[in-house]
Amino acid sequence: MRMPTTELAERSVMAGDGATMVDVSGLNVGFKNAKGLVRAVNGVDLQLKRGEVLALLGESGSGKSVTLRALIRLNPEHKSIVSGRIVVAGTDVTTLAPEAMQDFRGGVASMIFQDPGLALDPVYRVGDQIAETVMRHKKVSRQEARKRALELFERVRIPSPERRLDAYPHELSGGMRQRAMIALSLSCDPQVLLADEPTTALDATVQIQILLLLRELQRDLGLTVIFVTHDIGVAVEVADRIAVMYAGRIVETGPVAEVIRGARHPYTLGLLATRAHGGRLQGRRLRTIPGNPPDLASLPPGCPFAPRCSSVEARCREIEPPLVELGPAHRMRCVLGT
Amino acid sequence: MSVANRVEAQPSPLLAVKGLMKHFPVGQTLLSKGALVRAVDGIDFAVMPGETLGIVGESGCGKSTAARLVMHLMEPTSGEIRFDGRLVGSSELPLKEFRRQVQMVFQDSYASLNPRLTAEASVSFGPQVHGVGTREAMARAHDLLRRVGLEPSRFAGRYPHELSGGQRQRVNIARALAFEPKLLILDEAVSALDKSVEAQVLNLLLDLKDDFKLTYVFISHDLDVVRFISDRVLVMYLGRVAEIGPSDEVLEQPLHPYTRALLASVPSMDPDNRAAEPPLAGDPPNPINPPSGCRFHPRCSIAEPVCSAREPVYTVRPRGHAIACHAIRPASGHSLGKSQSEEASALAGE
Ligand SMILES: Nc1ncnc2c1ncn2[C@@H]1O[C@H](COP(=O)(O)OP(=O)(O)OP(=O)(O)O)[C@@H](O)[C@H]1O
Ligand SMILES: Nc1ncnc2c1ncn2[C@@H]1O[C@H](COP(=O)(O)OP(=O)(O)OP(=O)(O)O)[C@@H](O)[C@H]1O
Ligand code: SF4
Ligand SMILES: [Mg+2]
Ligand SMILES: [Mg+2]
Repeated sequence: MRMPTTELAERSVMAGDGATMVDVSGLNVGFKNAKGLVRAVNGVDLQLKRGEVLALLGESGSGKSVTLRALIRLNPEHKSIVSGRIVVAGTDVTTLAPEAMQDFRGGVASMIFQDPGLALDPVYRVGDQIAETVMRHKKVSRQEARKRALELFERVRIPSPERRLDAYPHELSGGMRQRAMIALSLSCDPQVLLADEPTTALDATVQIQILLLLRELQRDLGLTVIFVTHDIGVAVEVADRIAVMYAGRIVETGPVAEVIRGARHPYTLGLLATRAHGGRLQGRRLRTIPGNPPDLASLPPGCPFAPRCSSVEARCREIEPPLVELGPAHRMRCVLGT
Repeated sequence: MSVANRVEAQPSPLLAVKGLMKHFPVGQTLLSKGALVRAVDGIDFAVMPGETLGIVGESGCGKSTAARLVMHLMEPTSGEIRFDGRLVGSSELPLKEFRRQVQMVFQDSYASLNPRLTAEASVSFGPQVHGVGTREAMARAHDLLRRVGLEPSRFAGRYPHELSGGQRQRVNIARALAFEPKLLILDEAVSALDKSVEAQVLNLLLDLKDDFKLTYVFISHDLDVVRFISDRVLVMYLGRVAEIGPSDEVLEQPLHPYTRALLASVPSMDPDNRAAEPPLAGDPPNPINPPSGCRFHPRCSIAEPVCSAREPVYTVRPRGHAIACHAIRPASGHSLGKSQSEEASALAGE
């Protein structure tokens, strides 16, 4: 099914509060390489209502970025095998034609990255880049687009915004580049923001500024946000819900407070315990999760966490762990709850 | 054992740094003199044998430059470094002898390993260069690999690309230990690791410190990690020491406004107590033209006219807790400085 983007946007706006903005189920993403298939994402389900913020939390290689990229088809199409349902703002992303996909990116769902270099071209002035994008999507005059860019720079609180529009990316400090990228991502009024570790490379002092800015923008613009991070503290700071990923699966998900205080999956518990947190721990050994994540090209049968799990049982290595309801919106994939 | 006791028992520091400075000229051309990056701009600190000194501060404040200066990987603009009481680089302690006793581990475990050397070759290489026989160097390498949790039968023959990030960092640590150093400088050594692997490596560092009687300088931007591993903490700001002291004081009852802001910026892990206001505005400033007076004054929430006019001197409190801030110093001209009469008497009692 194809639709012009304007129609798309209207339809989504009309959907009103409580509308499902992200509806992903049974998502699988594999990458073909010489050794076979790297199973990066294995049966991910994600449902977000309008205005919800979900933190996708996991360690390196757990499939966070691949999942996020799948939502706007940014994984290399010739190398990857994607299956499952991906509906964003009411649009089936899997069937969009290439040009419609272009409009969809930025216009309906846009992405921000850890490295602003992925979004900002080093050889163009940042203001021009934003104006170009606005002109392309909104078919307005250069003058109007420029005005919009200035508004956005004010909105993301870049000091001396007028002057900074004429800067090249490298002339901005790290925090300011991140703000400029956020401005660019908002330039075409998206409804869904996909944030891939946008504060990971920043100092804690700048990170908290950007997290607060994102929270404010989310609230004011009613954005639906998926925020990828490997830092539980950051997840707690920005999100309503947390989904914990391991080896391409969501192993536990729930409201932030429930996951932090009432985690049940052994991997989530392990992650919470390994944080070197608080003075009490000084000099005492930390609890650790032994071993390393599995090779995604040859995943073991059953639960992928079994080889590292301190609560492992024989059946963990045999059956796919079932989805267990722990509370109204709190679920995990583990035999322990059954 | 408290740090204070230890200091009394072993009064002479293993490492003593005084007036250390490194200025980099940048943008110099035939016609213009260019500018000066004051990366490290006069720092003093000491590290006692067996203790861990943590160094924290925002990106660009000079942590790595300070570490490289201590390692003598670059010439300081000025300042002196004493190791075991002997002046480094003089006839008292020639560089070659010093270098064997101090080793460094960096953040990027991949870049710091030679891609063509197996784990055992990497670890045994240094001692061989220093004249240890091949067979003995290899036996020692296997010992060390086992010690850092890499079973030689599985890992000795592996190349860097066949190891995970955490495993590579273990090889780097084993390689540094092969020189039997007294002091290990760890510059963001666990920063690239996942939390679960980071915890494994931190535990390993604690064990090795006891077993090999090591002293650590541990540089990190992660305050939780620094709190976990450090006996004392040094907080750097724009090439200077803002605050230094026992970690329970500096991190639990910080006195410098910068240390407070830095600590308040760390996410709380409490969903009911999220940050409402960023503790610091703006990005860390540039060390090319540091602000006058107290370098922190443009970002400080309690700055007063004296802060931009005069550089604060260090106020030294019991247990060697030193703070460069007018606001805690009696008679400094800062309005908060006046009210601290108990502190003045504590000082007088020293
Ligand atoms: N284009 C690609 N081609 C082949 N493999 C890929 C590709 N993109 C990702 N992968 C693999 O998919 C797996 C998941 O990667 P992903 O980037 O989603 O991890 P992540 O959770 O985002 O980790 P990190 O925290 O390191 O960013 C990894 O094993 C990765 O090597
Ligand atoms: N060789 C050099 N030439 C010019 N400037 C330099 C050089 N090395 C470092 N600098 C500058 O000196 C300052 C301090 O750098 P340094 O690497 O010591 O900071 P850091 O505290 O280790 O930061 P990070 O947390 O980002 O590692 C920075 O402004 C940096 O750009
Ligand atoms: S000296 Fe002044 S500006 Fe500097 S930290 Fe203290 S109060 Fe703030
Ligand atoms: Mg990623
Ligand atoms: Mg550094």
